Amino acid sequence: MREVDRRSKHSRRIFLKGAATAVPVVAVATSLSVSIEDAWADEAGTLSPATMKTLLKVARDIYPHDVLGDSYYITAIKPWDDKAAKDASVKALISDGIARLDQNARDRHKAPYAEVPWEADRVVLLKEIEQSDFFQKVRGDLVVSLYNQKEVWPRFGYEGSSAEHGGYINRGFADIDWLPKA
Amino acid sequence: MAKFDLNDNSVVVIVGSGAGGGTLGNELAQKGVKVVILEAGPRIENQDFINDEWDSFTQLAWTDARTTSGTWRVAKDFSGLPAWIVKAVGGSTIHWAGASLRFDEHEFRIKSTYGNIPGANLLDWPVTLAEMEPWYAKAENKMGVTRTNGIPGLPGNNNFRVLEAGAKKLGYKTVHTGNMAINSQPRDGRGSCQQIGFCFQGCKSGAKWSTLYTEIPKGESTGNLEVRPGSMVVKIEHDASGKVTGVVYADDTGAMQSQKARIVAVAGNSIESPRLLLNSASSMFPDGLGNSSGQVGRNYMRHMTGSVYAVFEKSVHMYRGTTMAGIIRDEAPNNPKRGFVGGYEMETLSLGLPFMAAFLNPGSWGRPFTAAIDGYPRMAGMWLVGEDMPQETNRITLDPTVKDKFGQPVASVHYDDHPNDLAMRAHAYKQGAAVYDAVGATVTYPTPPYPSTHNLGSNRMSEKPRDGVVNKFGQSHDVKNLFVSDGSQFTSGAACNPTLTIVALAIRQADYIAGAMQKKEI
Repeated sequence: MREVDRRSKHSRRIFLKGAATAVPVVAVATSLSVSIEDAWADEAGTLSPATMKTLLKVARDIYPHDVLGDSYYITAIKPWDDKAAKDASVKALISDGIARLDQNARDRHKAPYAEVPWEADRVVLLKEIEQSDFFQKVRGDLVVSLYNQKEVWPRFGYEGSSAEHGGYINRGFADIDWLPKA
Repeated sequence: MAKFDLNDNSVVVIVGSGAGGGTLGNELAQKGVKVVILEAGPRIENQDFINDEWDSFTQLAWTDARTTSGTWRVAKDFSGLPAWIVKAVGGSTIHWAGASLRFDEHEFRIKSTYGNIPGANLLDWPVTLAEMEPWYAKAENKMGVTRTNGIPGLPGNNNFRVLEAGAKKLGYKTVHTGNMAINSQPRDGRGSCQQIGFCFQGCKSGAKWSTLYTEIPKGESTGNLEVRPGSMVVKIEHDASGKVTGVVYADDTGAMQSQKARIVAVAGNSIESPRLLLNSASSMFPDGLGNSSGQVGRNYMRHMTGSVYAVFEKSVHMYRGTTMAGIIRDEAPNNPKRGFVGGYEMETLSLGLPFMAAFLNPGSWGRPFTAAIDGYPRMAGMWLVGEDMPQETNRITLDPTVKDKFGQPVASVHYDDHPNDLAMRAHAYKQGAAVYDAVGATVTYPTPPYPSTHNLGSNRMSEKPRDGVVNKFGQSHDVKNLFVSDGSQFTSGAACNPTLTIVALAIRQADYIAGAMQKKEI
């Protein structure tokens, strides 16, 4: 069978470049010894960096795929900052939602959500707010913004558009080789 | 290409250009009848279709506002999207999978066969299989259906091979790559299937039959057919004698136009067609045009549907190749011993990763969900499609508050699953899982219904005017120059996919309309 190459073709450097004003951010991050991993959150203009980082953790906990690095989740959640800039109600939805989650986390674990160490404990916190508008909107957006990234598809063995490759007629539409003989 | 005047009252106006409207338009044009098709959506040619699920959805889907209610899960998961159908020239023949099956004999007479089912509004069709057979044959020939007319079946893809192996192990007998209106060899000026996948996103190669690039250009080349894209019909008008005289529609600039007509045929799919009749109420027809029976909008059917996806140890890559070229027909007959009347088909189905995430179990999240998605390349899938019970209360009505951009009330879709539907779905899930378990599935997932693709029955045929909206030719019982030409005229839904029957009825209706015009009956 023709298998799909699942290796990531998506380096962190390329991601940062694509995501924003890459060179200055990387330069500043390096010069200030801030980790590159955190630089993306500081680019947010409307939502606070802490809110963005917590949103990343929430996104990972909603759809945890251990094979995917943070970059895919960051790509999925970054548009919330733009949406918040354009619409105060969105800003309140995300900021208040994260604040509530942090408060619940502090009450239970004496730490904000992103610093609760175990996924199982964080999932309990998410379960409590599952019916909230905040959770529903974030999850409903994420199911598209995460799984509709073309860079994500090969990681799940999905090849995307095929017509320009002549379809699968010569590319393994019937190459299954492990079935018992009928 | 023909261009008819707005005041030309000799034309037949057809609302919609899909399986019903597109076919009727071409058939009439071939007989020398002048036709104007008003299509709400744009004209998008097949080379412009997109092999990308969400981008294609944005390009093609009917996303105008609708509201929902009822116990069906679609109302909860997709409250604003009861149906997944197309708004473009070609209608849902762009999106359909190509499965082209004839009704079984008993499926035209379910009242006689099933008897009295509490809560169901059963009725026999005013037409029989024997009457329909020659029209089915014409439809199969027109559409180039595999395993008819000497056309070979399509080759089976990986997803089919898994289905077939499991079915045979389980002892099922009728298992093949389907009766598909997809060319397995070049035919009718169109090439053969390239196993692209993305059948639901519009067939870029044109191997799959769609009115967009078959019926419509053929009709246009006669000089008798004009298609006006971007034309949303908002009202059908009538005179003092109760005959329809034309339609009012918003053109592609949003301006209101009035097209005169000798005959109006409604083919806007089973949600928009009753909506248009209801929105055409007048002092003479206070409950909606052609609605003396009160049945307009009622008995809405959408098939018992569901899917089963299964994950195996090794790769399947189910998305490669023709989406629905695979069927098990052993559960299709009526066998009440299973605990329900009617039957269902098991057909191969695949979704790409984006739609799998959206539809596998809407609303779910966390590790159980992501574990399933992690299995995507090792997944096989089938769709379960069976007869649902017509119920008077399953119904298209006008929403009391929500209006479209032209000020017209939008359609509200109410659907409750009947106990027979639920029993059938439970059986189908169990059998679907058994097929995959037989060849080593490590886990199977029963997947809830998607927004409806088979919308049927909301202007049903009946022998007696009090029982339905149209007669055996799709002609209104109340208004003799008003016709219904889509799946909304179905008296019952049968187990199988409806398009072949819609096309066969449209060919037959064209014959009837042309004859009646010649005899000056209408």
